[in-house]
Amino acid sequence: MTTSVAFEKARAEGRAALVGYLPAGYPSVDGSIEAIRAMVEAGVDVVEVGLPYSDPLIDGPVIQTAVDAALRAGTTTKDVLRVVEAVAATGAPAVVMSYWNPLDRYGAAAFARDLAAAGGSGVITPDLTPDADDTWIPAAREHGLDTVFLVAPSSTEERIAMTTAACRGFVYATSVMGVTGTREQVGDAAAGLVARTKATTQLPVAVGLGVSNAAQAAEIAAYADGVVVGSAFVRRLLEAPDPAAGVTAVAELAADLAGGVRTR
Amino acid sequence: MDTRPDSGHVLSADRPGRFGPYGGRYVPEALIAALDELDREYAAAKQDPAFTAELDHLLTTYTGRPTPITEAARFGAEAAGGARVLLKREDLNHTGSHKINNVLGQALLTKRIGKPRVIAETGAGQHGVATATAAALMGLECVIYMGEEDTRRQALNVARMRLLGATVVPVTTGSRTLKDAINEALRDWVTNVATTNYVFGTVAGPHPFPTLVRDLQRIIGVEARQQVLDLTGKLPDAVAACVGGGSNAIGIFHAFIDDPEVALYGFEAGGDGVATGRHAATITAGSPGVLHGARSYLLQDEMGQTIESHSISAGLDYPGVGPEHAWLKDSGRATYEPVDDADAMEAFRLLCRTEGIIPAIESSHALAGARRLGERLGPEATILVNLSGRGDKDVDTAATWFGLMDDSESEGGR
Repeated sequence: MTTSVAFEKARAEGRAALVGYLPAGYPSVDGSIEAIRAMVEAGVDVVEVGLPYSDPLIDGPVIQTAVDAALRAGTTTKDVLRVVEAVAATGAPAVVMSYWNPLDRYGAAAFARDLAAAGGSGVITPDLTPDADDTWIPAAREHGLDTVFLVAPSSTEERIAMTTAACRGFVYATSVMGVTGTREQVGDAAAGLVARTKATTQLPVAVGLGVSNAAQAAEIAAYADGVVVGSAFVRRLLEAPDPAAGVTAVAELAADLAGGVRTR
Repeated sequence: MDTRPDSGHVLSADRPGRFGPYGGRYVPEALIAALDELDREYAAAKQDPAFTAELDHLLTTYTGRPTPITEAARFGAEAAGGARVLLKREDLNHTGSHKINNVLGQALLTKRIGKPRVIAETGAGQHGVATATAAALMGLECVIYMGEEDTRRQALNVARMRLLGATVVPVTTGSRTLKDAINEALRDWVTNVATTNYVFGTVAGPHPFPTLVRDLQRIIGVEARQQVLDLTGKLPDAVAACVGGGSNAIGIFHAFIDDPEVALYGFEAGGDGVATGRHAATITAGSPGVLHGARSYLLQDEMGQTIESHSISAGLDYPGVGPEHAWLKDSGRATYEPVDDADAMEAFRLLCRTEGIIPAIESSHALAGARRLGERLGPEATILVNLSGRGDKDVDTAATWFGLMDDSESEGGR
């Protein structure tokens, strides 16, 4: 399934899509596959597979801790592709979330080719704006991959239009100015940003950063096409006494959030 | 401030802030507006006589510019193959290094933009001290991010920053050094960008920082070029500077870029030796990639993960380097070589003993490089060395290295 189909399906059901993030390689490569499978079975519509990076500059402490552990355990870009393959086999679309340097190092064209071969749907690039680099978009287009770029509350109208024109699949709207991590409240800026973004594109707009519970998911589902949850899932794994308990906790949260995106 | 136009050969016109294939802006969209604002305000400030006059006034009356050139006659004769060694005395600046040149300009820009808070990263602490100083002078709130490992190595500078009213945040992620301090400062900036300006300390990072910091440090070379001409009647044969991120090196190189007869040498931190893998010789042993918002050389593994750097000098202990240096390297205009810890410390000791000047360990890498150049070029050569900082902050490290804390007061050994 592609991300577009997943968003259309949710729209047809009169709800927002639930997008869940987990990094590949935590608590182990196989452990991350298990946790993601459980997330999908419990109601996550689109999976973001995090590619661990040594300098994750828009991630807060929760995701930093998990990706540090994944890197120390030796997780490679090939492992990330293996996780993508396993997720794609569940039928849920898998997009990779990656900082630019690991993809640059792998080679934009080679990564696009290998990700497509693994059944991946696209890539979210948190530190690559469409105007930063000439190599990624052509490589992704050639292999039919979604290019998901971020818009922020500080983005000008001109930049939002430039960004959404380069997006395929969906647009990622960051709800607040800040790094990843759960927050008590998702900023008022999010609704305004979604409206400004929708004024420029027909693509679905998903909102991320700070969402951790069903009530917040429901609040965002009222105005956005998708709700992205990352740190809250990762925290379930970090706080679990053992990997099996982590998988259970992830599934419980996914079920709870799946209820949230259906309340609007 | 020197506002002459850039040398045309280093900037490509298709994208702002590109040096050949290097530089650019690889940052989260959330930071683009702030970088655009900084770029715009800087462009306006450069053209504003009131701004440049205020900066010039501060550089003269507060920093103590122009800094002198000192002829290091004994060092040249005894330690550098008889070459004529001239020291550009950035160590005599207020706060003890060249960092103040950049910080005063950026603090004035912060006031012009109207933000009440500045943040900065620091490695050796020199940029942190300079930023805390400018913040105190201009009434700005100041938060400094410093790797926990560096707060230990440079405890004196932590105390100095706190005396100046800054909050020092020890960074406990990753390698706990400069690289991680930059990550943490960027996280603060993306969160607090509405009220906060990031006073970046070196010629790395996303556009406009490599250009902005270069322009503010360019005064080092502009002064030195004229001073050397006045003193010797000709240009130097070589210019030597240490390179971590590369701000003091770009500062002294830039005025000589269009003088092809002047060789430019950047000396990177070789740590335990490049062959050991424990070093910070980014250009010598790294490869092109993206770190901290710009494309340049960096120390990375085959997956594109940053490799931790190692150096006795906290200020050079960085796995990246400014994009203009990457371009100067590729274009052949400048040459970059590693200097390991032991050679740097020997040059440190020699300058103390021959000239009565205690250099920063960072700058000692340039001095070790000058010794090498003196041996190669011979007694007829004139070598200009950027003495970028003074060594007060390094006395503990040096005393440990040379075993000066022992009762026996042994010399020269570890």
